Amino acid sequence: MIRFILRRLAQAVPLLVGVSLIGFGLMHLAPGGPLAIYTLNPSIQVQDIERIKAVFGLDQPVPVQYLKWATGLATGDWGTTFFGGRPVLATILERLPATLLLMGSALAIAILLGLGIGLLGAVRRYSVFDALATSGALFALSFPTFWFGLMAIWIFAIELRWLPSGGMYELGEEGDPLSLLRHLVLPVMVLALVITATWSRYARSAFLEVLGQDFMRTARAKGMPLRARLLRHALPNAAKPLIALLGVELPFLFSGALVTETIFGWPGMGRLFVDALGMKEYPVLMGLMMFTALFVIAGNLIADIAIAAVDPRVRL
Amino acid sequence: MTEPPLLEVAGLRVHFRGRGGGMVRAVDGVDLSLARGETLAIVGESGCGKTTTGKAILKLLEPTEGSIRFDGVEIARHSQRAMAPFRRRMQIIFQDPYASLNPRMTVAGILEAPFAIHGIGTREDRPDRIARLLRLVGLPEAAARRYPHEFSGGQRQRIGIARALALDPELIIGDEPVSALDVSIQAQIVNLLRRLQQEMGLSYILISHNLAVVSHVADRVAVMYLGRVVETAPRAALFFQPRHPYTRALLSAVPGQGVQRQVLAGDVPDPAHPPRGCAFHPRCPIAIPLCAEAAPERRDLGGGHSVACHKVDA
Amino acid sequence: MPPAEAAPLLAVRELAVHIPDPPHLLRAVDGISFDLDRGETLGLVGESGSGKTMTAMALMRLLEPPLSRLPTGEVLLDGEDLMRLPEGAMAALRGHRLSMVFQEPMTSLNPVMRIGAQIAEPLRRHLGLFRAEAAARAEEMLRLVGLPDPARQARAWPHELSGGMRQRAMIAIALACRPALLIADEPTTALDVTVQAQILELLRELQRDMGTAVLLITHDLAVVEENAHRVAVMYAGRIVETGPVEAIFTAPRHPYTAGLLASLPRIREEPEPWLPEIPGMVPGAGDRPRGCAFAPRCTRVISGCVAEAPPLLGEPHAAACWNPLHD
Repeated sequence: MIRFILRRLAQAVPLLVGVSLIGFGLMHLAPGGPLAIYTLNPSIQVQDIERIKAVFGLDQPVPVQYLKWATGLATGDWGTTFFGGRPVLATILERLPATLLLMGSALAIAILLGLGIGLLGAVRRYSVFDALATSGALFALSFPTFWFGLMAIWIFAIELRWLPSGGMYELGEEGDPLSLLRHLVLPVMVLALVITATWSRYARSAFLEVLGQDFMRTARAKGMPLRARLLRHALPNAAKPLIALLGVELPFLFSGALVTETIFGWPGMGRLFVDALGMKEYPVLMGLMMFTALFVIAGNLIADIAIAAVDPRVRL
Repeated sequence: MTEPPLLEVAGLRVHFRGRGGGMVRAVDGVDLSLARGETLAIVGESGCGKTTTGKAILKLLEPTEGSIRFDGVEIARHSQRAMAPFRRRMQIIFQDPYASLNPRMTVAGILEAPFAIHGIGTREDRPDRIARLLRLVGLPEAAARRYPHEFSGGQRQRIGIARALALDPELIIGDEPVSALDVSIQAQIVNLLRRLQQEMGLSYILISHNLAVVSHVADRVAVMYLGRVVETAPRAALFFQPRHPYTRALLSAVPGQGVQRQVLAGDVPDPAHPPRGCAFHPRCPIAIPLCAEAAPERRDLGGGHSVACHKVDA
Repeated sequence: MPPAEAAPLLAVRELAVHIPDPPHLLRAVDGISFDLDRGETLGLVGESGSGKTMTAMALMRLLEPPLSRLPTGEVLLDGEDLMRLPEGAMAALRGHRLSMVFQEPMTSLNPVMRIGAQIAEPLRRHLGLFRAEAAARAEEMLRLVGLPDPARQARAWPHELSGGMRQRAMIAIALACRPALLIADEPTTALDVTVQAQILELLRELQRDMGTAVLLITHDLAVVEENAHRVAVMYAGRIVETGPVEAIFTAPRHPYTAGLLASLPRIREEPEPWLPEIPGMVPGAGDRPRGCAFAPRCTRVISGCVAEAPPLLGEPHAAACWNPLHD
């Protein structure tokens, strides 16, 4: 188990190096280079740019710059922002709780809903419910996330005025859990809707596969009632492919969160990314990219460990 | 014994790397010989290495060690290209013919492929050759235009046999050729194989777990257990004077003989972790301490009967 | 009302499964009737497509929709017609009064549930045992079916057991609640011959000790010969011959049974050079002839055979044939 985790972490290193190289390369290839925000500004003098370059170490050869940055990454010094000169890692970490709250709630709701819908669809295959669930999921997947976000804001915030249209707290209510909850509802709803749509499809096919297995027939021959057959026999067996999918889907969840955060002005990492992109704040963008890669690697590792926990045939 | 054997296998070993990283000795020192026109049966339970032995003889698997002489020529180290002329002369029939017949090809297409691959005959005379093959295995000529899924299991096995016969082979290896068939169809295919042997002078290696079928068709029988041949004997001697305790247990387990049964305890061990000494000793009713120490050598009992057991005196 | 002493444990009457497949009607099981007494073993023999497994699934009411609506006829267990029971009441009988062992030991156990828990499940469901009691009984069952070190095997996962051991575990599950009837559908077909001998002997022992009636479904006549008291031979969805095992094997009356027995290879000093064959093949469920389904392959066919299907006549040895042997 420990050996497995260490091996997987070792395997992750080349991946991280690859991601960092690509990110670093892109930054230097972008028009205007890392300091595009200055070089493309006609009111800034060439000498000033040279001075700024020296401050950030950008006058050194690119490989040296990369090595410096990469060593920093490994030791926890992720650089400083162009604007404000704040540490990048701290900037990202202070946005992390908001993103985790949004993604976590949406994921939890979507998994429960998706499992339920998928299970019912598989058990009552080709029923009216199954047909509705199938077309509903198709509908939800054929519109972009931002459309649902805008529709939700229009209906619930503008027309009905039930819920706030964005942000995390009302002014002066910072830290009030009730206010947080009111702000959380719409973004979670939109994000959960999209995840549920995919998730219910996955769950349906996973359950269909399991329901056709011989041991499900054995459970019937033992006289086990439907509930026990589904919860004790089908669910644990369907869990394995679904956990594996969750690991694979993690990057897509991130992109969904990015769009949702932007629309609802949710102060999370996705929002930070969009803001940093607009300001050509490269240290932050690079940091976010590395952070996401780490997050996805960790997610997949946890998924593998979880699979070994639910399936005794899998040994780490 | 003037004529040399068609096939002679000596010290054949096929080892695989197992999932755990250990070596699986699927075939671990097998000696066999087959005369022209003879039927040799290889019997044993799952994991005994009988199928692997058959595939290694055909070089569908690369032998790890040992010698395979076909018609006097050593082929164990032959490359795939060097094997080409021998491929015509040795064919295989599978247990499940359906899995080995291309479902998108008509029977004519399936039977034509061997001719096309080996460049035999002209395009014009192939329909005649195909018709002759179909007649040979007892199928109507109209079968040529149909697809494998239109046939029953027995008929598909006939197609599989026709394909094996296309190139006039000398040796046919049948890997459980009747095991998937119903009893009434099984008899048809057993009889067909026997008739073809008489008409075409074929030599057979029949790989089977069904001792009753084997007792009808084999001239000689080799019993395998965990990668080794434990006993070889002419048909009558093997079935009526078996010497190895495993052979006896195997025969006694065959249902429907009305004899007092000696039920063997335990399961066949995992081939990746065979017991030390004689691989059979943990299940053997007559094992002695020596059996756990050393694997018994094969001993010749005369009359083509040999056995690998410490308790059997030569 | 308690059943009369003479009444059989299981009485099947005109059981049929007709599957609509326009423009055909597939008569997978075509009106079969038989009795099974307490402690008795009836061998139900047939080749593939004869309808023997479909019969078992219909008896257990295990067919899945849409097939589950199709069976007709009566299945009387202790006088109670299983076909008329609501699903809930039927589920309470399954694994309790009647249970089933399947052909595929490798896939019939839940791979992510420990062996002991799988045996304990019916005990808790049907006998209302608490967790600890059920676990103890599960271990007891494992000992009974001959698994070495039952306490350890109860905690094992299915993949850690060999095929023979898994089939023993399946038998432990099926017999945990001491059912009156066990349906064993090709219980040894997937196993090696030495393991098959072990499992069949185990079934015989357990049957003797528990007084269970066994419906042994198999394609293998030799297995039936040694393990059944009575035999029913199925062909194309019908029972063509039934009777005591000695009578069937020594003096078969239906030409199909006779043909099957003759074509069965046996180990003999001087085997006959050719195995007697039954020409042709089993007709599909959709294209059965109007009269006797065996007529096209039968050497004893007479004019009446193609006109009308023969009834199953005779007691205790019955054959459905217009021109039977040994008359």
